[in-house]
Amino acid sequence: MSVVEPIDLPQSEADVARRRQVVIDSHAINFGPQHPAAHGVLRLVLEMDGEVVERADPHVGLLHRGTEKLMEYRTYTQNTPYFDRLDYVSPMSNEHVFVLATEKLLGIAPPERALWIRTMFDEITRILNHLLNITSFAMDVGALTPPLWGYEEREKLMEFYEAASGARLHANYYRHGGVSRDLPAGLPEQIWEWSERFPRFIDDLWNLLTENRIWKQRTVDIGVMDAEQALAWGFSGPNLRASGVPWDLRKSQPYAMYEHVAFDIPVTRNGDCYDRYLVRMIEMRESVKIIRQCLERMKPGPVKVEDRKFTPPKREEMKRSMEALIHHFKLFTEGFHVPAGATYTAVESPKGELGVYLVADGTNRPYRCKIRPTGFSHLQAIEVMTRGHMLADAVAVIGSIDLVFGEVDR
Amino acid sequence: MRDFFLHTEVGSGLLTLFETLGILVPVLILMAYSTYFERKALGAFQLRLGPNRVGWFGLAQPFADAVKVFTKETIIPAGANRFLFLLAPSITFILACMAWAVIPVQNGWAVANINVGILYLFAISSLGVYGIIIAGWASNSKYAFLGAMRSAAQMVSYEVSIGFVLVSVLLCVGSLNLNDIVLAQSRHWFAFTPLFPMFIVFLISMLAETNRAPFDLPEGESEIVAGFFVEYSAMAFALFYLGEYTNMIMMSAFASILFLGGWQAPFGLTFIPGVFWLLAKISLIMFFFFWVRATFPRYRYDQLMRLGWKVFLPLSLLWLVLTAGFLEFFHMLPRSS
Repeated sequence: MSVVEPIDLPQSEADVARRRQVVIDSHAINFGPQHPAAHGVLRLVLEMDGEVVERADPHVGLLHRGTEKLMEYRTYTQNTPYFDRLDYVSPMSNEHVFVLATEKLLGIAPPERALWIRTMFDEITRILNHLLNITSFAMDVGALTPPLWGYEEREKLMEFYEAASGARLHANYYRHGGVSRDLPAGLPEQIWEWSERFPRFIDDLWNLLTENRIWKQRTVDIGVMDAEQALAWGFSGPNLRASGVPWDLRKSQPYAMYEHVAFDIPVTRNGDCYDRYLVRMIEMRESVKIIRQCLERMKPGPVKVEDRKFTPPKREEMKRSMEALIHHFKLFTEGFHVPAGATYTAVESPKGELGVYLVADGTNRPYRCKIRPTGFSHLQAIEVMTRGHMLADAVAVIGSIDLVFGEVDR
Repeated sequence: MRDFFLHTEVGSGLLTLFETLGILVPVLILMAYSTYFERKALGAFQLRLGPNRVGWFGLAQPFADAVKVFTKETIIPAGANRFLFLLAPSITFILACMAWAVIPVQNGWAVANINVGILYLFAISSLGVYGIIIAGWASNSKYAFLGAMRSAAQMVSYEVSIGFVLVSVLLCVGSLNLNDIVLAQSRHWFAFTPLFPMFIVFLISMLAETNRAPFDLPEGESEIVAGFFVEYSAMAFALFYLGEYTNMIMMSAFASILFLGGWQAPFGLTFIPGVFWLLAKISLIMFFFFWVRATFPRYRYDQLMRLGWKVFLPLSLLWLVLTAGFLEFFHMLPRSS
């Protein structure tokens, strides 16, 4: 909307108000932030020619909470929950990156069992995330059933979250030097049982969508990103692999236990919405494989480093030992100090490369923590992907690139 | 008594009123319960329960919904054209009800057993697009306007193929009267004759005609929010809703009359009254509506047009020519008496 003043100079202010001429730009549509397909708070200003998108201008910042700044005023332990709230569909993967960065600066290595648990929950998180993305993508394209099927399965996974951490969503389970506590008795068996049934669910979803003519018509050759473009725009994760670049941090710079498990990285060539869907579908199958290997090879043992300067002592120890009590008090009031240094650490979150640039100044709080979100770079390419497509395709593109605004806006 | 109803003006007026109520009241109840049926069916498809709180198995849900929409406030947007804004839902609803005048629910049981029943139905369902266009325009909203544009193009294109389907049925029957069409199917229903492809074309075009998934572009929830009725609330919204479902039931009835033998009983089960057979067939086709909705994603605007003009139109035209040629060649064309 723009305001055009009349050519002849008006006399009074009342005159101005009366004679003001408002020209409404009728081909711009405000897509969101209150839009069913906006995936939270995306505001997309679309310039349309009828149904065809001429220009898509994504606006960010509606969910900006100042996470990075807030983190500079909290201890390292207090900062982990912020990561849950970044990409709230895949909380544990986010925690992982921060915990990993801090561990690198501290120079500590968690015990083996903690690494297996982390690997397993990273993959559970991946499935959680992909289920939400694929099914809500399907809903954006108009299929109503997949989301409800997907939510049913997600609910089971969130129960595993709850069993391990006590919370369904914002787990705050990973700790510097391990995980907050061991898996409860019976949980590994439950997860194993689930992993036997889950592939059948993927088959159902696969049958409903993959060969569906309308689904293919709506997604094939929509929002194409070739490998070069995808790299230029900073794509990562499934979106990059859909464009034909076999890049996965789990393989290229393994962390946790990823070098000890066997799994494949699905890569497709076309880089359209359909391929992004396919990559995620196949990744879910691979994740199940990883989860099963983790369960098979997990051995009993400690789940935290046994260094009381970083991890709190057991309750019963505190009742008897003065030293343990002091450690506990210091850890929960002051927190541990991290030696000065800086690191860029990244993990393969379900959405792509989630990185943290952590600068420590030797105190108990980070000096600076820059988060490299995955969705931001995907979001900025919306303009390229949707130009010349129809309005309905813009919706499909938004669905396929897997945006979560908690992470984009931070 | 008989004389009063048939031969006095007041009496015949009253008779028409009773007849109208006799068809509209059941239709509206049917409509209310088709929303319940839809929600239950979708629930089953989607691993949920559907409505089950209000009344027995949620059976009072439609009435709870009705109370809700009646008591809410009708919000008229500031920039809207008040008169047209309120006219549009009325048009949609009234047209949906008017169509029922010619539907025979039993041999000869129609409010108006007219000779041009099919043309009447066709005309009424074509007029339905006005409600939507006016709503989209009067709302003064871009989303509503886009919805209206889509709807106008869509309904018009699919009417063409529906038209050819109707013509091929007419060729086999030799009458425009709906009652005659059903009677012509007393031996075999048209869906199980070589007209079967036309039945499929009709079923799919019917989805487009009533703006149902996968052709629900005019409302396109995830694209243009709710399309043409994005600005509507309360009773004005309910009228669109009523209109849509009444239209769906009407199209189901139309399909069963054209292809599934209307009130005719299958397998000689004539001890069950024809009305119930018609109801059963309507329910079957309604279930088809819901089934499709639960299964398919939505078409894109240009794909929908392509399907209408490049697939259905040539197909129905070809089948029409084949039907006509076949009937002519074997001297089976019905002669007008």
